[in-house]
Amino acid sequence: MSKFKSRKGKEMPGISTASLPDIVFMLLFFFMTVTKMRSTEVMVKLKVPKASEVTKITDKKLVHYIYLGEPTDRLKATYGTGTRIQVNDAFILKSDIPAFIETERAKMPEYKKNQIITALKSDAKVKMGIISDIKKQLREANQLKLMYYTNKKTSKN
Amino acid sequence: MAKSKRSIPEINAGSMADIAFLLLIFFLITTTMANDQGILNILPPKIVGEPPVIKERNVLKILVNANDQILVEDKIYMNLDDLAEYTEKFIMNNGVDENLSVSPAAAVISLKNDRGTSYNAYIKVQNELRKAFNKLRNQLSQDRYGANFDALPESKQDKIIEALPQRISEAEPDNVGGDL
Repeated sequence: MSKFKSRKGKEMPGISTASLPDIVFMLLFFFMTVTKMRSTEVMVKLKVPKASEVTKITDKKLVHYIYLGEPTDRLKATYGTGTRIQVNDAFILKSDIPAFIETERAKMPEYKKNQIITALKSDAKVKMGIISDIKKQLREANQLKLMYYTNKKTSKN
Repeated sequence: MAKSKRSIPEINAGSMADIAFLLLIFFLITTTMANDQGILNILPPKIVGEPPVIKERNVLKILVNANDQILVEDKIYMNLDDLAEYTEKFIMNNGVDENLSVSPAAAVISLKNDRGTSYNAYIKVQNELRKAFNKLRNQLSQDRYGANFDALPESKQDKIIEALPQRISEAEPDNVGGDL
């Protein structure tokens, strides 16, 4: 007579998780394709300044990096607290920059040799003196495309 | 020996999700999105011969000292916020004010800093100057072609650049504030 049957004893049907691997795999492949492994370990404290009028570089292969800043806490004992120049995985002197540019240039095919871009990733607190010296060295090596690496700031207006 | 009817047992794929998750988390952590961006700058080549003579009024002198203060034309202290506006006024003067530039094509900005100037201040000033140029170029593009500078084809962009060249010259820095 009762219209409503007792629900006791009946279980909720479980949600099928059969498609879960598919979804996860999709995400996995996305991240696998966009991932670029970090090739160098940055050995300086780096907090790059912000700017709004930035240019984006589309061809990553043209870019090589110069890091500039104070050595990280771990390396302080060995290298002190003065501003240091890092390329690839080592600290170098200002005078080594032309040689570094030359090795970077040698990696490129002939028609791209004069398109390479030096990206200067420098800490915001670094003084301009050392940066002027680096610029001078770059000019010495005839490497004139220099990019001041910055983070994006959305402009107010 | 009628073994042919025996069915192959299915492989349990239940742990597939776990493995995929593990990999996914690994890639999530190691991933760095491509965001190579910054202020692009073309350095002048090594000097050969005498530098060209430029009329005083066509040069906008900007000095950033070791305390990150900005001095314009050797006499006006300026805040960073006013710099873009003043630069625009200087470029688009077209000979009206006799202390400012004759024409946008002739205007040159001379940026000088100290060895003790912070990189942050330098980038901010560079950013303001570029902001002024980008704004003026966009205005001119809108007037001539009805589109923003970035949206124009290269041939038209070249014409805009010719009318409004972005000439920022950098002098050798002073050494009043000292290094490091």
